[in-house]
Amino acid sequence: MNFLDYAPAPESKAILNLRNDYGLFIDGEFVDGTGTPFASISPATEQQIAMISNAGAADVDKAVAAARRAYDTTWSRLSGSDRGKYLFRIARLVQERARELAVAESLDNGKPIKETRDVDIPLVAAWFFYYAGWADKLEHAGLGPNPASLGVAAQVIPWNFPLLMLAWKIAPALAAGNTVVLKPAETTPLTALLFAEICQQADLPPGVVNIITGAGDTGDLLVKHADVNKVAFTGSTAVGRAIARSVAGTDKKLTLELGGKGANIVFDDAPIDQAIEGIVNGVFFNQGQVCCAGSRLLVQESVHDDVVDRLKQRLSTLRLGDPLDKNTDIGAINSAAQLKRISALSDIGEQEGAERWSADCAIPENGFWFAPTIFTNVSTSHRIARDEIFGPVLSVLTFRTPAEAIAKANNTPYGLSAGIWSDKGSRILAVADKLRAGVVWANTFNRFDPASPFGGYKESGFGREGGRQGLAAYLAPASTKADARTDTPKISARKKAAQ
Amino acid sequence: MTRLAVPKTYKLYIGGKFPRSESGRVYPVTTKQGDFLANAAKASRKDARHAVLAARAAVSGWAGTTAYNRAQVLYRIAELLEGRRAQFIDEITASEGSSPQAAAAQVDEAIDRWVWYAGWADKYVQVAGNANPVSGPFFNLSVPEPTGVVAIVAPQAGGSLLGLVSAVAPALVAGNTVVVIANEAMPLSAISLSEVLATSDVPGGVLNVLTGSPAEIAPWLASHADVNALDLVGAGALDWVDLQIQAAETLKRVLPPENGPDAAAPSLHRITAFTETKTVWHTKALI
Repeated sequence: MNFLDYAPAPESKAILNLRNDYGLFIDGEFVDGTGTPFASISPATEQQIAMISNAGAADVDKAVAAARRAYDTTWSRLSGSDRGKYLFRIARLVQERARELAVAESLDNGKPIKETRDVDIPLVAAWFFYYAGWADKLEHAGLGPNPASLGVAAQVIPWNFPLLMLAWKIAPALAAGNTVVLKPAETTPLTALLFAEICQQADLPPGVVNIITGAGDTGDLLVKHADVNKVAFTGSTAVGRAIARSVAGTDKKLTLELGGKGANIVFDDAPIDQAIEGIVNGVFFNQGQVCCAGSRLLVQESVHDDVVDRLKQRLSTLRLGDPLDKNTDIGAINSAAQLKRISALSDIGEQEGAERWSADCAIPENGFWFAPTIFTNVSTSHRIARDEIFGPVLSVLTFRTPAEAIAKANNTPYGLSAGIWSDKGSRILAVADKLRAGVVWANTFNRFDPASPFGGYKESGFGREGGRQGLAAYLAPASTKADARTDTPKISARKKAAQ
Repeated sequence: MTRLAVPKTYKLYIGGKFPRSESGRVYPVTTKQGDFLANAAKASRKDARHAVLAARAAVSGWAGTTAYNRAQVLYRIAELLEGRRAQFIDEITASEGSSPQAAAAQVDEAIDRWVWYAGWADKYVQVAGNANPVSGPFFNLSVPEPTGVVAIVAPQAGGSLLGLVSAVAPALVAGNTVVVIANEAMPLSAISLSEVLATSDVPGGVLNVLTGSPAEIAPWLASHADVNALDLVGAGALDWVDLQIQAAETLKRVLPPENGPDAAAPSLHRITAFTETKTVWHTKALI
């Protein structure tokens, strides 16, 4: 046993009180779906956690109808302060059940308990608390007097931060006066269903929050439903494009949080120890399954060797294994499919001539795992420098001048996040000005806060989540309510083909 | 004996220059009664691409100007337009068939609209941006920035000058560069406005004006990968749903068509529609 070995310190699963089967949460109750139920498994052990209902077209109709009814009869008639009070209740319930939610999230998603316990779940509570306070202050949101809610929001979220993404979607929607139908990812539905229980405990009026589970086809039915007024999606750029096509010509308001290929720029005067920690946090947090991950390291040539050496040293100390162990730094990859994609792109990295280095860590027998990996000698044309890998894989590129760093950082169709490491404030601000990215972290990385808007430029999507900008995504500004719109849109042949 | 007038050749406005269409095509512009007024250049796909190229090249310069400077440059357009008021009134009277009084009212409103939007250049960031009280030792600021290259189908109804100005001014004030397809039937004031811009302080490429068929040109702009946003305000008569579908390929920001007298009414929303919020976090030392 060397000084890095720890005795196992698993968080107990005894705190969980899971059912064997979960229905769809529609109109305040759990009901069976019409589709074939599917199992949600733990990616760390491949063992089944629970059977989950599968929502078909009839279920989607039912959920949207429940949300519409709740919007018309209760939620839109409630005062802002009462809406806020419900959200405050939810925030408190999340805090009270925080440990249980953290354990469930780690079990279902595979991410380390130290992340769910210290990042995901506290942020979920913070998100509801922040937006709860907005509910009776909408006239101060910057949209003029009496901004209007939109109606029913269709929300589809990914598996990388299951409950946090739910909070990002539901909290502002409800604060603004909308009702929601939310579909969690098929590999991580568990905490969304626990959240449904929390809605019951909060005595939230039935139909205000509806949670339907299923795969991509369920999500497709939901976002294309004729009776939704707002579509919010977080996920891949390919699916985002399809959704943008499907809402063309409709009055549905759309926000998209899509992929990224974040550049993390390290200048030679950077505080190097902090930078190393920031790079590690930037791309190995949540096994790199983060849309804003700093997956491209742009390091100034003069410090390249030093940075890469230190990185390898640091990565060698990361502990990979049981997500429920409090010592674990790197948990499981969320699914077999994702692991396959990470492996395939990493192989392509090698084939294209980049140099691969992986931390030497024991890989458990069962489950989906990928050792932290660094590619050096990467050029901008390599696929590992262009494609979103969504895994614990860092591509290292170099630059000589700030102008070169900026050009390389912006050389991507994405524009979600970027990092800058330097001791020189004026340089940081100048570079930050020129980066085409929605979030820029200077001498830090992967920070999130409900008060801080998050979202991308270019093909990373549009709209913001967090802050008053995130609230605006669920409101119609008073001035555009009277907009004269055209007659019934022509639906072209191409549109039909796209559907 | 009356003097024989010298008619103007109306051309495109791309990158600060006045080229003919590379296609060599023109189309006749007539009065309401059908009398010949001029031949306007009929822009092609290649002209649209040249315009996007010019607009892209102008982005960093225009977005990089100080807000105060951009405000003055746009205000200068109003000054120059005021000086050429009579020319615009004549042109609008002839091509739109409106009374000189109505034409004058339109020109005045267009001038005032430039003034209104020019004043926003150094304010919209304050109004739409903010500091964020995050839970941690961080300085955190959100500011709106221009989206980049905006393609616009100008309003196609009457009021050709005012419609054009109402559509392009809010995009320009944020620091975007613009490729605009002018009013097809009444394109003369758009080209004359280009002449105003060419002699003002607006850098070449910041506003590019194409005359011709929106139905023909708009699809090339909607699908162009180097266009960041699409304003379909004047595209109501086109197959605009298809344009929006094409724009989805590169996730362009899209504004829908508007009809009626309130189309492209002045609003802060028209400015912020083509901006991106950038949030910068910076650590604070623990002292």
